[in-house]
Amino acid sequence: MISQAPQTMFQKIWHQHLVHEEPGRQALIYIDLHLVHEVTSPQAFEGLRLANRSVRRPEFTVATPDHNVPTTDRLLPIADPISRQQVQTLRENCKEFGIKLYDLDSINQGIVHVIGPELGLTQPGMTIVCGDSHTSTHGAFGAFAFGIGTSEVEHVLATQTLPQSQPKTFEIRIDGELLPGVTSKDLILYIIGQISTSGGSGHVVEYSGEAIRNLTMEQRMTICNMSIEAGARAGLIAPDEITFDYLRGRAHAPEDFDAAIEKWRQLPTDEGAVFDKQLTFHAKDIAPQITWGTNPGQVTAVDACVPDPSDFTEEHEQQSAAAALEYMDLQPGTPMTEIMVDRVFIGSCTNSRIEDLRLAASLVKGKQVHERVNAMVVPGSGVVKRQAEQEGLDVIFREAGFDWREAGCSMCLGMNPDQLASGERCASTSNRNFEGRQGKGGRTHLVSPSMAAAAAIAGHFVDIRNLPTETS
Amino acid sequence: MEPFKSHHGLVAVINRANVDTDQIIPKQFLKRIERTGFGQFLFFDWRFDDQGHDRPEFELNQPENKNASILVAGRNFGSGSSREHAVWALADFGFRCVIAESYSDIFFNNCFKNGVLPIVLDADTIHQLMERKQNQPDFQLNVDLASQTISADDGLKIEFEIDPVMKQPLLEGLDDIGQTMKREEKITAYELAHKIIPVSQA
Repeated sequence: MISQAPQTMFQKIWHQHLVHEEPGRQALIYIDLHLVHEVTSPQAFEGLRLANRSVRRPEFTVATPDHNVPTTDRLLPIADPISRQQVQTLRENCKEFGIKLYDLDSINQGIVHVIGPELGLTQPGMTIVCGDSHTSTHGAFGAFAFGIGTSEVEHVLATQTLPQSQPKTFEIRIDGELLPGVTSKDLILYIIGQISTSGGSGHVVEYSGEAIRNLTMEQRMTICNMSIEAGARAGLIAPDEITFDYLRGRAHAPEDFDAAIEKWRQLPTDEGAVFDKQLTFHAKDIAPQITWGTNPGQVTAVDACVPDPSDFTEEHEQQSAAAALEYMDLQPGTPMTEIMVDRVFIGSCTNSRIEDLRLAASLVKGKQVHERVNAMVVPGSGVVKRQAEQEGLDVIFREAGFDWREAGCSMCLGMNPDQLASGERCASTSNRNFEGRQGKGGRTHLVSPSMAAAAAIAGHFVDIRNLPTETS
Repeated sequence: MEPFKSHHGLVAVINRANVDTDQIIPKQFLKRIERTGFGQFLFFDWRFDDQGHDRPEFELNQPENKNASILVAGRNFGSGSSREHAVWALADFGFRCVIAESYSDIFFNNCFKNGVLPIVLDADTIHQLMERKQNQPDFQLNVDLASQTISADDGLKIEFEIDPVMKQPLLEGLDDIGQTMKREEKITAYELAHKIIPVSQA
């Protein structure tokens, strides 16, 4: 065998999926798994019909409704007629084109980025796409996974390939161990705060270092999920024993699992491989994080204060900060822990998995949601919900005064009835604090599940590191 | 797809950074199953108040921006969600070209699928364009993709960079899927090499 120059994990996956290259054109890469949901697919299927095209690989395509679905009683029809039509359209399209659909009556229905890993569909070394920016989640398994637009969804349906320009590579290493009370959500919010919401633009970020290696698969998914919030094309984490243990025995895991592991062991970045960009952070510098503004890069430590626009050096940052503080109705210098909340949302493709719910439940057990707060938990999938109920987490949440809901995207983006009213302030475990994201005029603070749970009890943000240790 | 060769039009400025796709097209308008008619919802929450009246302070509601077809904006334009609806809304509203310091990757790609040209210029040049618009409300530009130049009637001339692999399909208005299907034997060869059951037998 000829010796090759050392390669990054991303370069290996890219080269393994090249279908065709020619001068003057984007490379054509093969797509191993295409996840589909109701919002970004109807126009793609319609495009196929108009051009009399079929789906090339229905067996590599999996669908579920998640964005629009109600999280209340599933036996009732969807009240909003337009939402109902979109979910019904997905059903009809899947039937017509022969695509596997995990529908509302399936235990496997849920947020597309929760069910892919859960079913063992997401595997190391794959190329994975979905008409959803948070497809980056699947990079936690060492898969090149990225969000695409509807035209690209149609392209993948028709050809199982995509024309792509090769992104650059960016290693973000986190040395040391995360401190007690600090979660992977805090870690990724901290990184976005450091590199900004465009810091990863044009790059695939590979996360490495001791802090990453120590994370569970679910915690790694939270990191890769929010890579898009740093502007990255995708996030990647090298597969290891933790990855293999997570996948073993799952419904769609490879039949010859040992052979698969042998193959997956070849994926991690070679020693001596060079990234286009590299940054190192230290885990000990990271405190629990809260966003104060209207993009995920506008974030600070729980023990800090709301910043003053004049704290920023660049003019555009000062303008953004001033506009954000006005929208968020916050005064510079206010301690973050004095900010009162009206709503708490625990859910979304970032933080709705069983470990997130266990963590949140550990902080609310035996306590009551503050009287000013309306709090809800929305599990990421039917399977997560069932598991939580088997463990009695639903009882802990309900007894504390939380709503316990059915699976879906819910108030992360409020396409269903779960929305903030204008002026309401929410501690949310989701991924975007954009203006109006959770409801027109709503104010979102992004936090970890433990920070959200603690805020629900106190009625304001609290530094969970100062809570009595009985809960940890 | 409609090709983009050259375009002459009125400039509108939205001098904000990180304009995300949730602002460009809010979620309540993503439930439609059509590809058309999104222009009326463009920047909906910035354009209209709770009663549905124009917010006079929003840039696109100002008289000097009516019928603009070239949008100049701050850095990281189109960040956030992958929703192609954002580009559909901009195009349907009448924008053929966006000029910004940077874009999110997915939004940038989506533009090329819809005949909209996203131009990247440095911060100083963007700033100059914004100033020109401020001093000259009817500021118009010619954008020529083949020569990669932006020009105004008074002699202003700016060159811009664009990846040739993105430029050519836009100039020709090529159908991506049709182009890929011409290389079907390459896809079949890849599938055979990777022991994927041939389509005809699947």
